[in-house]
Amino acid sequence: MKAPALRVYTIAYLVFLYAPIVLLPLFAFNDSKVIAFPLQGFTTSWFQIMWADQNLWNAIKNSAVISTSVAVFSTLLGLFAARASTRFKFPAKGAALGLIMLPLVLPEMIVAMSMLVVLLALGVPLSIFTIILGHVLLCTPFAVAILTSAFQSLDQSLEEAALDLGETPLSTFWLIILPLVMPGIISSLLICFTISLDEFIMAYFLGGNEPVLSTYIFGQFRFPQRVPAIMALGTILVCLSITLLAIAEYFRRRGIAKAGGKDTGGFL
Amino acid sequence: MSTKDAMIEFRDVHKYYGDYHALRGITGTIRPGEFFSLLGPSGCGKTTLLRTIAGFEGISSGAVLVDGRDMAGVPANKRPTNMVFQSYAIFPHLSVEQNVGFGLRKDPRPAAEKAKAVDEALEMVGLKGYGKRAAHALSGGQRQRVALARALILKPKVLLLDEPLSALDKKMREQMQMELIKLQRQVGITFILVTHDQEEALVMSDRIAVMFEGEIAQLADPETLYRRPNSRKVADFIGTMNFLPARVTGEAGDTVEVEAAGFGRFGVAASQVMGGKTSEGATVGFRPETLTILFDGSAPSDRETMATIEEVVYFGDMTYYDVRIDGTQTAVRISMRNVFGRPVLDIGARARVGWSPGALVLFR
Amino acid sequence: MAQEQAAVTGRSEAASGWLLISPTFLYSVLLLAAPLVAVLVYALTLKDVGGFSFANFHEVWTKPIYQKLMGRSLTVSFSVTLVTVALAYPVAYFVSFHVHPSKKSLWLFLITIPFWTSYLIRVFLWKVILGYNGVVNSGLMSLGLIDAPLQAINYNVQAMILTLAHAYAPFAILPIFVSLEKIDRSLLEAGQDLGESRWMTFLRVTLPLSMPGVIAAVLIVFIPTVGDYVTPDLIGGGKLPMIANMIEVTMLKQNDRHMGSAIAVTAMLVVAVVSLIFLMLNKRFLRGTK
Repeated sequence: MKAPALRVYTIAYLVFLYAPIVLLPLFAFNDSKVIAFPLQGFTTSWFQIMWADQNLWNAIKNSAVISTSVAVFSTLLGLFAARASTRFKFPAKGAALGLIMLPLVLPEMIVAMSMLVVLLALGVPLSIFTIILGHVLLCTPFAVAILTSAFQSLDQSLEEAALDLGETPLSTFWLIILPLVMPGIISSLLICFTISLDEFIMAYFLGGNEPVLSTYIFGQFRFPQRVPAIMALGTILVCLSITLLAIAEYFRRRGIAKAGGKDTGGFL
Repeated sequence: MSTKDAMIEFRDVHKYYGDYHALRGITGTIRPGEFFSLLGPSGCGKTTLLRTIAGFEGISSGAVLVDGRDMAGVPANKRPTNMVFQSYAIFPHLSVEQNVGFGLRKDPRPAAEKAKAVDEALEMVGLKGYGKRAAHALSGGQRQRVALARALILKPKVLLLDEPLSALDKKMREQMQMELIKLQRQVGITFILVTHDQEEALVMSDRIAVMFEGEIAQLADPETLYRRPNSRKVADFIGTMNFLPARVTGEAGDTVEVEAAGFGRFGVAASQVMGGKTSEGATVGFRPETLTILFDGSAPSDRETMATIEEVVYFGDMTYYDVRIDGTQTAVRISMRNVFGRPVLDIGARARVGWSPGALVLFR
Repeated sequence: MAQEQAAVTGRSEAASGWLLISPTFLYSVLLLAAPLVAVLVYALTLKDVGGFSFANFHEVWTKPIYQKLMGRSLTVSFSVTLVTVALAYPVAYFVSFHVHPSKKSLWLFLITIPFWTSYLIRVFLWKVILGYNGVVNSGLMSLGLIDAPLQAINYNVQAMILTLAHAYAPFAILPIFVSLEKIDRSLLEAGQDLGESRWMTFLRVTLPLSMPGVIAAVLIVFIPTVGDYVTPDLIGGGKLPMIANMIEVTMLKQNDRHMGSAIAVTAMLVVAVVSLIFLMLNKRFLRGTK
């Protein structure tokens, strides 16, 4: 490894990236109501306060329902689109996929507001359900991207071989395609779940009065005395995200290995 | 119309991809139990034609018959054919025996019998004892054997092989060629091989269809293809052929009178004449080994002419001489087997060249 | 080619493709395309009176308050984009060229982890770090380096830019990294072989070839920052609203969907125009170097 200057710069950059996150546990265990130096001593009371908040548990319950549904529906929609785009040629395919992927390049606020305007005009009551509608729209492009690469690494002659050996298109899907893209499906589920869990704008505007995790956190910021408990919550969330990501990455790698591809090297 | 002599019959098969005319009226039959090759350069439609038999490609018009039955509307999984794919298409998540036994899932036989069939199939391709191995841990040659066993276990009427040897190195390829020939004799099933390698086709096949641009240019046994190619294009694709301009001077009975620079006047039999046109722009073609350099003292078998050696390429067992025959403009290639004690001639040397009208082909 | 059929399914390939993609496509039509059209219709009609009119757009494009807001949004977004991409390029370069292939995914994993932690909490942490009584001020004071909190670092546009640059960092690194990875290493050797220094090789070979990644990074950072809602609210303390905040106020607080839609459509137009300019620059750039 050459270029020591670049190396130092990159490490400094990583410090910049991680600086705020490192502060989370620091102040989550700090025995003081204000988030400021110097540190005042160790405590776990913020975790207890956080744990005892009934509103948080409501929000978690709602978020769990939303994120799970979003993960499942987005991945299902992603499967359809990814399979169609990798397996078939059809007219206006680019346009159809373009529309499906559009949320990736539209400011989220505009997507949320457009949906809100229509929902209000149609008289649809805002609820967990409307959040799910919005999140699925947002997460589907990610699912499509992940699953498309999973399908692409699949040699098409594998399908033909199964047909050739007497299987129907449906049983081929079950016996060959599904097992081979399963790692992609799992990683899509996890990523969609994580995005939905973290998403704020849609949850804030399309959710009516239903609290979810992100809007709960946003609401707590208004009360300075609640901030240390949020630090505690944030610490737990960071650990959770890293675990989920590591699992997703593990399955992605296993997918590459299964499909007989070359692994660029493990990080663990 | 289909007879017992046809395992596969193509009737004026056309295939379009949008505006692209991929198959342009393929007609022909493949006999039961023969080793048949579809040979041609890439993009000639040979793989497409193979895939119309397997049922992976629909056809735009015409008919494909397998064992006398029209395959229109019969999906790939219901056809009495099995395929060995170019990439082998070994299911990476299954073991070797699961791969080989894949097509037996709906077979009503008890599991023990099926397991026995799998073992037999593995033994037949020389992979006895490999059943429990993971598929992705196999080498290229082993994958190919698994693919063969997997297809043959279903006892298809026709085995389709799509460039099965192209991914192997030269040594392995030659070994597999021999094994495939033996295997085909052993099982007696019709094999249809797609290849772009003319040598491979000549070595392995009973009959070969040479394809160019979506059409069959010539369908014949290897020897006929080599000795009597029906066009310059086929002649050029299969082996090496020298071409020299010639002029038809007259016809008498079964003999065509020809005059070619450097060779003078001679007559060729009608069976050596390809194409039926009477135009003046004819060409004579001859293979490098049909000419001989006559070393000191040896007498010509038929006729002889003088030439100058322009290039010498030494190959160990063979030497290629590019010579210019007196009175001609372009060099022709002569291949000579090297015999112990005989010298290799130098560039610029003069040599006597022996030839025979009976060994050449006239393209009209 | 009426008889042209996939022998497997008996359906034409086009029909199969459309059938398969239709659930996803219909979802997008109903929940994305239709609402966007609705917004456009709202924007082109007048409140209460109804009827087709460009008046809403005229107001958005000429009223100083909107112009100022648009200007601030664009300034912040452009600055964030510039800072983020400029800071990200060397990191992507380092990982692509100076990290052993077997360790690359570890580095990428390290870079992406912060992105997957709660966006809200990350933004809020910057408020905590840069605030009047925040981490930086209290830290410096407890070290005795300053006597009174620095005012220059909080509740201003710079703080917003820093926060957003942090939030979108991985978005910038990944596309640049991908484009650098695609560069054939022998091209660089060829550059040096032809007598160029390392630095000139970088300028004449590496940088031009990685331009598609840079453009992708620019777009991927620019587009969401234009519509960012949380940062102006939390870091700007609500005193420095951007387009997203304005859309919220107009749509919901003032209950003027027509005007709000006009702002939203204008924002989309701006994003589209800027994106197109960048894409065209990229095209011309690529052609120019060929």
